[in-house]
Amino acid sequence: MTFEELEQIAAETRENREKSPRELNVCVAAGCLSLHSDAVKKSLEEEVKRTGATCRVRGTGCMGLCSLGPLVASEPSGQLYKSVAAADAAEIVKNLEGAPVPRLLCSREQPFFQRQNLIVLENSGRIDPEKIEEYIAADGYRALVHALTEVNPNEIVQEVSKSGLRGRGGAGYPTGLKWGTVSKTAGTTKYVICNADEGDPGAFMDRSVLESDPHRVLEGMAIAAYAVGATRGYIYVRAEYPLAVKRFGTAIREARRLGFLGSQICNTKFNFDMEVRIGGGAFVCGEETALIASIEGRRGAPRPRPPYPAQAGLWDMPTLINNVETFANIPSIVRRGGDWYASIGTKKSKGTKVFALTGKVRNVGLIEVPMGTTLRQIIYEIGGGGPEGHKFKAVQTGGPSGGCIPEQFLDLSVDYESLRELGSIMGSGGMIVMDDSACMVNVAHYFMEFCMSESCGKCIPCRSGTAQMFELLTRMTLGTATARDLELLEELCDMVSSTSLCGLGQSAPNPVLSTLRYFRDEYIEHINEKRCRAGVCECGSTVGVTA
Amino acid sequence: MNPAPSVKTLMIDGKDVSARADQSILDAARENAIPIPTLCHLDGLSEAGACRLCLVELKGTPRLQPACVTLVEEGMEVTTQSPRLEKYRRMVVELLFAERNHVCSVCVSNNMCELQDMAKQLGVTHVRFPYRYPRLPVDTTHERFTMDHNRCILCTRCVRVCTEIEGAHTWGVFGRGVDAHLITDLDIPWGTSDTCTSCGKCVQVCPTGALFEKSKVGMQSQKNPDFLNYLNEMREIER
Repeated sequence: MTFEELEQIAAETRENREKSPRELNVCVAAGCLSLHSDAVKKSLEEEVKRTGATCRVRGTGCMGLCSLGPLVASEPSGQLYKSVAAADAAEIVKNLEGAPVPRLLCSREQPFFQRQNLIVLENSGRIDPEKIEEYIAADGYRALVHALTEVNPNEIVQEVSKSGLRGRGGAGYPTGLKWGTVSKTAGTTKYVICNADEGDPGAFMDRSVLESDPHRVLEGMAIAAYAVGATRGYIYVRAEYPLAVKRFGTAIREARRLGFLGSQICNTKFNFDMEVRIGGGAFVCGEETALIASIEGRRGAPRPRPPYPAQAGLWDMPTLINNVETFANIPSIVRRGGDWYASIGTKKSKGTKVFALTGKVRNVGLIEVPMGTTLRQIIYEIGGGGPEGHKFKAVQTGGPSGGCIPEQFLDLSVDYESLRELGSIMGSGGMIVMDDSACMVNVAHYFMEFCMSESCGKCIPCRSGTAQMFELLTRMTLGTATARDLELLEELCDMVSSTSLCGLGQSAPNPVLSTLRYFRDEYIEHINEKRCRAGVCECGSTVGVTA
Repeated sequence: MNPAPSVKTLMIDGKDVSARADQSILDAARENAIPIPTLCHLDGLSEAGACRLCLVELKGTPRLQPACVTLVEEGMEVTTQSPRLEKYRRMVVELLFAERNHVCSVCVSNNMCELQDMAKQLGVTHVRFPYRYPRLPVDTTHERFTMDHNRCILCTRCVRVCTEIEGAHTWGVFGRGVDAHLITDLDIPWGTSDTCTSCGKCVQVCPTGALFEKSKVGMQSQKNPDFLNYLNEMREIER
């Protein structure tokens, strides 16, 4: 594959589209699909066939505003229709040429779309994720061909370092540094792994990327393999994402067909192929050493680090392991340069971040904003604020490893450091907005239950400590706790975070610690007054409960 | 022939010691008669890093590190005893006692138990956490041995000895979190296992009364894991 061949495929695809430019793009990613967008697509197809209209009906990826799904975009006019039902097909097709259907219209001018800056999601909802030609027509695989034919591996590592990209899985380790370490480590075989074991409650960024634009991740992995000298790749996707598994599998087959995977890629000596590994339902397998054990066919339990996977990973070989979103940033960085990427974001956190905005906000969905955007902008401008009659209380970031951020910090700009200072973490990008109908003790209780049932059971602090913390929190929600229980809980938080083997246990107390830090009075109320001000917990007395 | 590993000098609890570069902090400390408590570690088996009793403080490292898997480094400054470490170690033992049903007075391994000894050594006089009292089975199907899940601390010594020394791969861990427990083969009664060679190594390495030989109680139930070093020496396995 050369630039010329790539350009030819892109030109042919564009030409075909221009010949009959009218098309209806139906989101068939999991969010809209769960609202039966497949039925919408089918009925649109039937309607087009019946009326003989010249219009293509395509299934595309996520368009972002999941709460208003199923979404249908009408091209080339660019109109977006919301909450489309199969019965609306006739009206939409009838109005293809004339005025749009006002009843279903969803403005693209609203802040939800305007305030975003799309890099990872640039093709999401615009291309058919199952057709490699459409990705190529959107400048896809140019970065890979450029990397293989025009620059050496070290230059790629330097470019990624220059971009300031940091791991999007949550911890924020500098990606360029990790790539440099793997490329310098000697090994007969090296591996590249994509961690797609997204399991935080309320997070669906990686799923959407894989469902909407799988080739972007695949291209990022291939570039990474070239940069570090790897020849084999694995993508570890959780079994709960069947559509992502299917689409990525299709992407691999298509990439092989066009020679982006296999041997002597682009007529160079670079060989690289990959396969999909499907997780068995354990959250802990998102931890890199547990994930590697699982790929090897062993029980998904973490092991102590060092040695880090960069030195001894999969089958003890040097292994590069990055998150879906990290890889998805790579093609853009290679194509447009590290300096361009570094010009977006804050001093220490560069680029954009994809967030799954959920909870008590009007606009629930997938967003991508530059690092440094404030929480207020995300929640009130993009998210449209909470429902009427309720007061904002906190936003939870980082899932079970993160924490709750109260109202006084809403003007804080979102980056790795600022969130850590507040006792939360960036995490993989789940953002759950809570209003006064949420009880913070109950929230901590929920996340502790999650950590308890997802602990692998290998080390004692996490296995037994989370169970004890859960029991203490249960007492609080039931109104049977004493001040002594709160003391024990705090002692356990410290011990479990200091002594656990892996990140799951080390961060398991975070939801408790952050709610204790900002909402301690709620804990005290549950213990002393047996009262839950949100009326969520059944702690006996209901004095003061308004709901 | 591989060149001999280089020698590092480091400081453990203020004492200058030397160690081979491939030695762990735990090895180096024990060679120099500096005690570090352990439960999942056993000389002659691979390390699990699971019990977290051997955590030590390293100067310049914010996180505590397990001595069993952390290799010595030149100029390292290790602290093995501190109020913080002792507190965490006592809590580990407390959590173990509260997790399952460790009733020493009616246990076959009473006074022969590493968990009991550890509690004594660390001064754990009582358990502050609520006992969980789970209902757990006892597998008596094997003709010579018994597995009592009530006493198991999931140190996985039995799993490792069965895999690494006997090569039978009979023992495994099933389930997650507090529900994690040992199984034989694909979760079948021990007595019906095709892979078990009845060698009894698992029983000898078990630190508590979870695995024991039938009809042996009290002094008779004394376990002897020293065979491991002998076997490893004969097989020229370096650990």
